[in-house]
Amino acid sequence: MIHVQGLTKQYGEKLALDHVSFDIARGEVLGLLGLNGAGKTTTMNILTGYIGATAGEVVIDGHDAFREPLEVKRVIGYLPETPAFYSDMRVREYLDFVCDLKGVKKAGRREHVAAICEEVGISAIVNRVIRNLSKGYRQRVGFAQALIGSPKVLILDEPTVGLDPSQVIEIRALIRRLGEHSTVIISSHILSEIQAICSRVIVLHEGRLLADDTPDNLRRKVLATHRVAARVLGEPEAVLAALSAIPDLRELRQLPEEKEPGAYEYVIESAAMRDIRADVFRALAQADLPLLYTHGNDESLEDIFLHLIHEQRTKGGEAQ
Amino acid sequence: MRAVFRRELRAYFQSPLGYVFIGAMFFFAGYYFLTYNLYGSTTDMGASFKMLFSVALILVPILTMRLLSEDKRYKTDQLLLTAPVTRTGIVLGKYFAALTVYLIAISSTLIEAVAMSFFAAPAWPVIIGNFLGLFLLGVTLIAVCLFLSGLTESQVIAAVAGFGVGLFLMLIDSLAVAVENGFVKAVLHGISFNSRYLPFTMGVLELQNVVFFVSVAAMFLCFAVAVLDRKRWS
Repeated sequence: MIHVQGLTKQYGEKLALDHVSFDIARGEVLGLLGLNGAGKTTTMNILTGYIGATAGEVVIDGHDAFREPLEVKRVIGYLPETPAFYSDMRVREYLDFVCDLKGVKKAGRREHVAAICEEVGISAIVNRVIRNLSKGYRQRVGFAQALIGSPKVLILDEPTVGLDPSQVIEIRALIRRLGEHSTVIISSHILSEIQAICSRVIVLHEGRLLADDTPDNLRRKVLATHRVAARVLGEPEAVLAALSAIPDLRELRQLPEEKEPGAYEYVIESAAMRDIRADVFRALAQADLPLLYTHGNDESLEDIFLHLIHEQRTKGGEAQ
Repeated sequence: MRAVFRRELRAYFQSPLGYVFIGAMFFFAGYYFLTYNLYGSTTDMGASFKMLFSVALILVPILTMRLLSEDKRYKTDQLLLTAPVTRTGIVLGKYFAALTVYLIAISSTLIEAVAMSFFAAPAWPVIIGNFLGLFLLGVTLIAVCLFLSGLTESQVIAAVAGFGVGLFLMLIDSLAVAVENGFVKAVLHGISFNSRYLPFTMGVLELQNVVFFVSVAAMFLCFAVAVLDRKRWS
């Protein structure tokens, strides 16, 4: 459905995208994951034909995006990061204008727009002026705009940013529903969001493609159960003594801050790549030291990046 | 193109801009009609049309200032440029919307001519020629100012640049007289709007003047499309 080959974008000196290639099959929900400035929005802007690329090839639904831009734009619905509106228009007028732009036929248009408004939950506000809408509603109007004309490909740039938690859940459910009959690309810098929605994830970092995998595999890759931070109640000397009984320790240290009255946190890392959480529990239980809390495998996006970058460097080193 | 045209035309009348522009044009046309035709007791509207040249130069930049600049500032160009519409379609849609408002605004001269016809027979071909001249002036000026609006994100800068062009076009004839160099003189004469416009007010319809206005308009519309296109390559 979407074929991207060697996509490169240069802004002056800065290389925003560096030979990025990927393919997306029909009906797939793909997540673009990356920190700010990783090249997610640039990729989306090129796919939607908003900006051009310095080099590379984009084919969407059999049409070359640079040679047949109109055919490509016809199959794409795009929700920009901050949807911009003619804010003096009413929601209904705006959506009607978008229908005109996308060439939606007059016959059946009312039903089409009404169905979309129902789907994204803006039926009650179609007669309001966009300028007076809250951020959440604007985002939904932007969503409705992207859905008009039933595009085969939906490109959504950070669709849940700035929404409150209940709206985030609604929007995610909506994206999952849409993924049943369209190809969807969403960008995000939140891994759990991608994991909740996407069947595949592409990780971008500084314009380069770092990984292309399922979200579960990605998470498994960086699941760090050999390294745990534990919060333990008791005298630090006793705790350190108890924990040092764990075999194959690479690191054992106490964090200086007293997290709760009488409780400190300890970092425990095993040299063997295995899950040591059970060992930590047993060691502390034997010494009668209450374990209050452990964490360690709720990896952040930064951890994934560090991991992937490290992995790539090692691979690169071997290749040389 | 029709979607953009309809939305722009509606925008003119949802904001005060369209009304202010038409009102101002009606006011000046009415004023010159009063002083030249009513006080002067003549059906010859040439003098009145001659004065409307400067009025158009001042007012048109206000009509066009937001057309492309506003889209850039509020990022609404993202919607237009990612929709299945050509860049030419976007530019032409906006252009014809402005031209429509302009046409409504200058139509007051025709109303005056009709009012006069009850008291004396005006020379209709001459008046139609005059009207055509004023319309062609708008055809060209709107294209130039639309292009200027595409160069900036600021409506104010777009308007000021338009006034600059207008002032230059007003002074260009006296400048041509003052310049010694024959080549510069010829160039200044060549690009003068006034010397192309005046024959219309004298009741002379020359094809070359029509071609001049239309081709300059076409050139600046191409420039405006190129400005939108720049985003794809820079």
